Amino acid sequence: MALLEVKNLHTSFNIDAGIVNAVNGISFFLERGKVLGIVGESGSGKSVTAYSIMQILAPTATISPDSSIKLDGQELVGAGEKVMKTVRGNKVSIIFQDPMTSLNPTYTVGHQLEEAILLHTNRNKKQAKARALEMLKLVNVNEPEKRLKQYPHELSGGMRQRVMIAMALACEPDILIADEPTTALDVTIQAQILELMKSLQKEFNMAIIMITHDLGVVAQMCDEVIVMYAGSICEQGTADEIFYNPQHEYTKGLMNSIPTVDDEKRKLKPITGTPIDLLNMPKGCPFAPRCEAAMKICTRECPENVRVNEWHRTACWMYIKNALEKEGADHE
Amino acid sequence: MSENQKKPLVEVRNLCKYFDINTGLFRTKPLKAVDGVSFNIHRGETLGLVGESGCGKTTVGRTILNLYKPTSGEILFDGAPVKTKQEIHEFRKKATMVFQDPYSSLNPRMTVADIIGEPLDVHKLYSSKQERQERILELMNYVGLNSEHAARYAHEFSGGQRQRIGIARSLAVNPDFIVCDEPVSALDVSIQAQVINMFDDLQEKLGLTYLFIAHDLLVVRHISDRIAVMYLGKMVELAEANEIYNHPLHPYSISLLSAVPVPDPKIARANQRVMLQGDIPSPLNAPSGCPFRTRCPYATEQCAAEVPEFKEVSAGHFVACHNLDKIG
Repeated sequence: MALLEVKNLHTSFNIDAGIVNAVNGISFFLERGKVLGIVGESGSGKSVTAYSIMQILAPTATISPDSSIKLDGQELVGAGEKVMKTVRGNKVSIIFQDPMTSLNPTYTVGHQLEEAILLHTNRNKKQAKARALEMLKLVNVNEPEKRLKQYPHELSGGMRQRVMIAMALACEPDILIADEPTTALDVTIQAQILELMKSLQKEFNMAIIMITHDLGVVAQMCDEVIVMYAGSICEQGTADEIFYNPQHEYTKGLMNSIPTVDDEKRKLKPITGTPIDLLNMPKGCPFAPRCEAAMKICTRECPENVRVNEWHRTACWMYIKNALEKEGADHE
Repeated sequence: MSENQKKPLVEVRNLCKYFDINTGLFRTKPLKAVDGVSFNIHRGETLGLVGESGCGKTTVGRTILNLYKPTSGEILFDGAPVKTKQEIHEFRKKATMVFQDPYSSLNPRMTVADIIGEPLDVHKLYSSKQERQERILELMNYVGLNSEHAARYAHEFSGGQRQRIGIARSLAVNPDFIVCDEPVSALDVSIQAQVINMFDDLQEKLGLTYLFIAHDLLVVRHISDRIAVMYLGKMVELAEANEIYNHPLHPYSISLLSAVPVPDPKIARANQRVMLQGDIPSPLNAPSGCPFRTRCPYATEQCAAEVPEFKEVSAGHFVACHNLDKIG
């Protein structure tokens, strides 16, 4: 049984301008000890997916009751705050993009770490203090005793993110959700943090959901990848399948629009048009208005998520059409 | 190219920019944001400027444009110094800037036409209203905006379109030289490529020269002819784009390049990283001698005592390091 099973997740926001369907019926599962990357542009619903799992959404948000999020066999949709409190921090932890705004500036690092430990475990104050120190050592913070007494503003960005990771891992969760954990950091610091996450993931045999827009980070970290656009999954599969055998036009477009290592001044091939307005979603495939290969059916009907092979699924009419034609040719 | 190399468009000689930081009541300390930087930019070329936050790359860009007054050093544009008020005013017609944040760099109370037209007003570059309007529409056409967008306000546009407005504004005075300060880092991947291609096309069409400041090394390599690497206010390496990617010499450039996440799983798995320990020191307490020595695996006593000279080691490849023979 998969550690986390998300089925037909719908999350919508009721705002003044109307109802925004941020996540539109997505399904995936995550095995213990695997790293799953969720990539997509701003507004594609990748963060909302993560927040739905933790149920830390804004009050205007609703998770549709026919959605299902199963953690270790336990249903979380509609489970209530009491159950969620035992899940958050203990079984699923999250680290955010900006380590400055997610740490409290008025308390010391030590206080905040101990608070998380006291809240989620049976340790007493003294034990919590020892555990906080141990966690800081684990994430390679230099001079950990001194850091415990410091405030977040006294630490550098990379150091703050290490403190956030220490806090998230203090209760040894099964799943760590990392929401753009290195976007605010410099490349050399990013490399340190990614390396740290990788080694901790192996040490604790924990699963990571890595939310990012950086395909480089995905290639480096992830076993499996989900590509999202406008709240739907375009394509999902192993990292190798997504990078070397992309089937959805949007994934292909993304791969063509980034400069590569062996860059020989080839022209980039951008995806045309502008990102979608979630308040005015088109009928049919959400990517159709920007898709160069769009056919008539693409604007009429949403494509189903179909199997490409054992490790790979995609939702694209172009793929379905090609597959049917190939099948037809095989029959003749 | 050989003719161009003789006469650079922008010459920067030993540029320094210090900011006075209050460290207590009546006490200040100079923050050496840029400390003795020299380089040339040739006509029609793109010079990429990379480095981590706080290394002074934005300050270099702004000081070149005289948005900050240099503490010392010299900037020559087209062979002539830019110092007096008159000179600066003239200079601003030839050198402009595209900013990083397309949200805060456009006035929310002005229409797109007025934003793009403002430089024309300032420098009185038209004789009739008709001419002004035509020029604005021409500029909007350059950057792929529709003429019907002219009467709208900035908040009605997406990030990528706003960046196009900012670029149109920088083109209004018909400049020779544009400082692009992280122009694509706030944009989504698919939109980034559109804007990068536009920079390429505009350069070809209008013969522009760019100083392209960014921290995304793959993007910088794609767009630049030559690349300069900065660390803590000093330039540590400068070379042709491919040269610096294939044969980086400075230990900082080596680790910076190996830290770039490569969008290719097989290469990423095989990649042996040169990990840097620790954080970048505060520019207020920069180390003596070579600024990189506190994180450098090759550092010696000489590195603490002497600032390494920024010298040419092979044709067009400049490095500032004492230990080049050890790194090889």
